[in-house]
Amino acid sequence: MFVTFLHNAIRFSTVFLFGSTGETLTEKSGHLNMGIPGTMCFGALGGIIGESIYLGTLRSVAFINPTLAVLIPMLTAMLFAAIMGLLYSFLTVTLRCNQNVTGLTITTFGVGLTNYFGSSINKIGFSIASTAFTKPVFAPATNWFSNIFLSYGVLVYLAMFIAIVVLVVLKKTRIGLNLRAVGENPGTADAAGINVTAYKYTATIIGSAIAGLGGLFYIMDYLTGSWEYTIDAMGWLAVALVIFSMWNPGWGILGAIVFGGLYIAPYYLNVNFAQQELVKMIPYLVTIIVLIIISIVGKKETQPPASLGVSYFREER
Amino acid sequence: MIKTKKIKEPLFHISKRSDIEPWKAWCIRIGSGLLALLVGAILTGALTGHFFGFFEQLIKGSFGSVTRFEKLIKNTVILLGIALALAPAFKMKFWNIGAEGQVLIGALVTAGLMFNIKDSIPQPALIIIMFACSVMAGAIWALIPAIFKAFFNTNETLFTLMMNYIAIKLTAYFINIWATNGSGTMGIIPYGQLPKLFGSQYLINILVVIVLTVIVYMYLKYSKHGYELSVVGESLNTAKYVGINVKKVIIRTMIFSGVICGIVGFLLVSGDSYTITQNLVNGRGFTAILVAWLSQFNPLAMVLTSFLVCFLEQTGSQLVMAYNMGADAYSSILTGIFFLFIIGSTFFINYKVVINKKHKNIKVEESADESKDESLSTLEESSKEEVVLDGPKTEVAE
Repeated sequence: MFVTFLHNAIRFSTVFLFGSTGETLTEKSGHLNMGIPGTMCFGALGGIIGESIYLGTLRSVAFINPTLAVLIPMLTAMLFAAIMGLLYSFLTVTLRCNQNVTGLTITTFGVGLTNYFGSSINKIGFSIASTAFTKPVFAPATNWFSNIFLSYGVLVYLAMFIAIVVLVVLKKTRIGLNLRAVGENPGTADAAGINVTAYKYTATIIGSAIAGLGGLFYIMDYLTGSWEYTIDAMGWLAVALVIFSMWNPGWGILGAIVFGGLYIAPYYLNVNFAQQELVKMIPYLVTIIVLIIISIVGKKETQPPASLGVSYFREER
Repeated sequence: MIKTKKIKEPLFHISKRSDIEPWKAWCIRIGSGLLALLVGAILTGALTGHFFGFFEQLIKGSFGSVTRFEKLIKNTVILLGIALALAPAFKMKFWNIGAEGQVLIGALVTAGLMFNIKDSIPQPALIIIMFACSVMAGAIWALIPAIFKAFFNTNETLFTLMMNYIAIKLTAYFINIWATNGSGTMGIIPYGQLPKLFGSQYLINILVVIVLTVIVYMYLKYSKHGYELSVVGESLNTAKYVGINVKKVIIRTMIFSGVICGIVGFLLVSGDSYTITQNLVNGRGFTAILVAWLSQFNPLAMVLTSFLVCFLEQTGSQLVMAYNMGADAYSSILTGIFFLFIIGSTFFINYKVVINKKHKNIKVEESADESKDESLSTLEESSKEEVVLDGPKTEVAE
């Protein structure tokens, strides 16, 4: 029972982890992208379009190639999400529009597009294609160890891998240092010869592409290929997770599992429908508490990037 | 030997402008709004083949019948109410994106009182209690993040965002407790409804929001409070220097904001839906942010903007109905396009693009409207444009 719960919590955490890793990367460049929920939806749309096109080229679903069935939707999901990221960064970096307003609009727009076009996509064969996503990478779940550690689909491991890569890049490399400088004080970074605009664009677009995979995972792995467009609720939790993990994708892995566990906990606890809602409230409450604690403690490492939410214009000093 | 290095002159550069005439700014805004409509029409044309039908349905959707017009007005009023609540906070640069929750908690309290007190006390007394309690609930919901912002500088954007979901889950919890029929939804509550004036269900809502508009306008423009909060918004250091108690201003303004949200929540239940669902506010708390911000916190401009947004939403549903377009989400696509264009247009209001003429050293100011058309029309798909817009600027850095 507990093993099943943990298995499902870790599996579900992938949605949050993709979203929060992408958002962390973006926020480190000083941009609070509230368009992440819409971006995740749009990524999911891109994913199912890619899958649908791929399945359409086959004579029969029986000829499916598992590698392509995973790779093609991944690429299209990232492409679609990156387009949203590009739109966001064009508006906020180049046109220097207000980030909150732009982000919220991207969310409205992305959810609308996904909702509208998603239902009309041909989804025949999706349940078979989803087995390519859910197939255990290392070993099937035979005992508790393989169940908890080895038996997930490829995207679960990919999410953790990307989170660690982002963490290493942020903390250990020159690029990461520059990116953090851009997020903390773009004026100083600019004076030091760092190309602020390029960093902001790259971080936002890559961040969005990563987040888009979260949407794809939710549809193709967690829901095993059935369509649902309400990914934005999870997108907001992913934004919350960035705070919960204190802008550290490594903590984000653990945080995502906590959030995943809390999200599915109502179905494992012996509670009635009303109490389920209270349990679902916990991730948000915990996030608020973390937010308050980090603002009171005020340690430098755990603070939001100093210029978060402020668009940079060189001539403005 | 002296090395000569060829310096590449950027094609154009961007400079900030501080003094654009209001009429010019409005021309840019309206122009980009019209452009957004055109894109909407093209998209509709591409999807259904009815390019001109778009404009026909545009009119039909809102003015085709009395019911539709009534719906338009009632939605406008609610959206306007929420936008009014947000304006003071935004003007103070307090990013209150928690209107969704503040309205919902007011609505929840209203519905709770309607459901539990029923007719055990006279209805006018019940309505007064409902009003008072929903106002208090909205204020408390706004006060919590404000206190932490004022004393610990806790990030209010994220705090208020989280408060939304707590309100939503709380509502879901109480609905599950109250709805004993097992369906998980509340029916119409026949108590504590606002009376119909002159046979119109929404007249009271409309009147209340008109009063609110005037109050917020006066508050922002003529009161000392309004002045103080705009100083805090413009420059925190200036505010401290001239002796404004910033903590007090933040808390006071957010209570004001929350009170109006509470009132809107009250109107939404008691004067409109007579019931509560967890999706009652339905994203309008977020849309109102855009409305308030795009109107530059001017309550009179908000009337127009919220009307336009509701108008577009209704057009979307009308198009879906008329051309069998399936999902109702089409209206949020249209709204999204509209907002993206208007947001983009703010660049041309705040900045001007100056073309650098090579070898002449004469800077010619390009007309703002022309440059806007170029880059905005390619906003959706063009990434090349962005490289062009961006490339020269980065070369300066080297």
